[in-house]
Amino acid sequence: MLSFILRRLAVAVPTLLVLVIISFALMFAAPGGPFSGERPPPQAVLDNINARYGLDQPYWKQMVDYIWNIVRYFDFGPSFQYRDRSVTDVIMQGFPVTLTYGFWSFVVAIVVGVSLGVMAAVKQNTWLDYLAVGITIGAQVLPNFVLGPILLLTFTLWLGWLPGGGWNGGQWQYMVMPIIALSTSYMASIARITRSSMLEVLNAGFIRTAKAKGLPMRRIIFRHALKPALLPVLSYMGPAFVGMITGSVVVDVFFSTGGIGQFFVNSAFNRDYSVIMGITILVGALTILFSLLVDLLYAWIDPKIRY
Amino acid sequence: MIVDSATADRLAEAPHLAEVQGRSLWQDARVRFFRNKAAVASLVVLSLIAFFAFFGGFFAAFDNETIDFTLMGANAYKGVPSFETGHYFGVDSDGRDLFARTVQGTRISLLVGIVGAGVAVIVGTLYGATAGYFGGRIDGIMMRTVDVLMSIPFMFVLILMLVIFGRSILMLFIGIGLISWLDMARIARGQTLTLKNKEFVEAAVATGVSPMKIILRHIVPNLIGIVVVYATLLIPGMIITESFISFLGLGVQEPATSLGALIDTGADNLNNGTRWQLYFPLFFFVTTLFAFFFVGDGLRDALDPKDR
Repeated sequence: MLSFILRRLAVAVPTLLVLVIISFALMFAAPGGPFSGERPPPQAVLDNINARYGLDQPYWKQMVDYIWNIVRYFDFGPSFQYRDRSVTDVIMQGFPVTLTYGFWSFVVAIVVGVSLGVMAAVKQNTWLDYLAVGITIGAQVLPNFVLGPILLLTFTLWLGWLPGGGWNGGQWQYMVMPIIALSTSYMASIARITRSSMLEVLNAGFIRTAKAKGLPMRRIIFRHALKPALLPVLSYMGPAFVGMITGSVVVDVFFSTGGIGQFFVNSAFNRDYSVIMGITILVGALTILFSLLVDLLYAWIDPKIRY
Repeated sequence: MIVDSATADRLAEAPHLAEVQGRSLWQDARVRFFRNKAAVASLVVLSLIAFFAFFGGFFAAFDNETIDFTLMGANAYKGVPSFETGHYFGVDSDGRDLFARTVQGTRISLLVGIVGAGVAVIVGTLYGATAGYFGGRIDGIMMRTVDVLMSIPFMFVLILMLVIFGRSILMLFIGIGLISWLDMARIARGQTLTLKNKEFVEAAVATGVSPMKIILRHIVPNLIGIVVVYATLLIPGMIITESFISFLGLGVQEPATSLGALIDTGADNLNNGTRWQLYFPLFFFVTTLFAFFFVGDGLRDALDPKDR
């Protein structure tokens, strides 16, 4: 197990490095420095500012310093746009929000997706199955930026049940639409994966044995079939996590929830490189960490995996 | 005599009567595909949408850039979709004809999807086939690279690129092309691993054909079935990616447009009483995706029978 963890880390660490190097190189290749505006200050002032932000150093030195500061102090450098705040401040403000509704979206996607998939598989070829399959196909063509406007039309403008945006300290009314918009397409994918793997498991020999023993159906499903059927779902967690983090950008912009996505897009419009880079690297690190965890969990649960 | 002479004559003639018509993989696939009603209907819908996207401009009463000044400030009640004014889909918030804009947006969205899938097919197939054919350490390095690239959250890197190199369609094409081939490379490699032990490849090796030529002449043609299926399923993904970025306002820039950008403006103006600005692009977006998914599904059933 230890060697498996080590080998998996041996991929994760270079991945993160590649990400940092790519984004740093991109930023370095950008035409003009962050302070060379339409009316550049005198050269002496510019030199001073560049020295202050370490921009007069050679490329590799800047990158090493950047990485070192993140690792050592969790410091992503100063923001170019918000002069009085560092990138870490921006992340600290937006990230808890993103994490809150992201977590609930994940829970909703898994719980609803798995139950829908199991129901569809157990009642195969009944109206319940068709309904579940219909929902999954429908949800596939409704990505979050399409679902957002539709939800807004329905719940805010037509029914008037929910506020159209904002966060308000995380009251549940403000979270409902972001969570639905974010989780639906992943819920659909999880339901589809669960259904097909459950169908496969239900045809396996050990389930027939369980039926022959006269176990009640409920017990067969929950005690015997569910665990092996959920393994493919587990391996889908990684991509789902990436997708939800990406989707949070749309949710933040559309519902003004104030998560990191909103800062990310604002910075993209204002060419605030350091914020964009900080968020990109943070998200990348989280993604890699998450897929590492999923892999370890998988190896731990599935006895067939050798390491 | 075991058989009488009449039977003997008949038997003797049989080989000359009719050459037994063999059915190729592609003929089989075509029959299977056309039996699938949802897929055929989607193919028809898709052709209609493609026709709309490329020739719809001829039916528009206005072009996509002219601002109808007679409607200035009165979009919500004068710019409604109607046949009398010639604005079949109404006007957008700047007074431009939404029909022409939707035609333009659908065309760009389709192009992005097709270009993305095209890059995936060319780069991904060659990359995967090379990795799979050579195997061993080359395979290890090549596929680890794909693993590393896959676990990077590319949407963020893509946005970073768009910010740094300026927002343009070209940059969008490059960015989407960079992501799209990864999945295809994995699929092509998997197929190549099973193909490379077949007799015809052995025969080619034995007669001294060079590895690159084997890959191009013997491996890649046999990958086409599965590549076509996944390319069709990739297109909606590419369209979604592009629309996602355009929805954020970071993708296609004015005066060009795409379905994502149109949905964005429509969604922004929900409260201004001009909801048709959302409905029409949304309809085309959802219909296109639906059609691609069903056609892709139909193709998979037709060309990849073991996957059922």
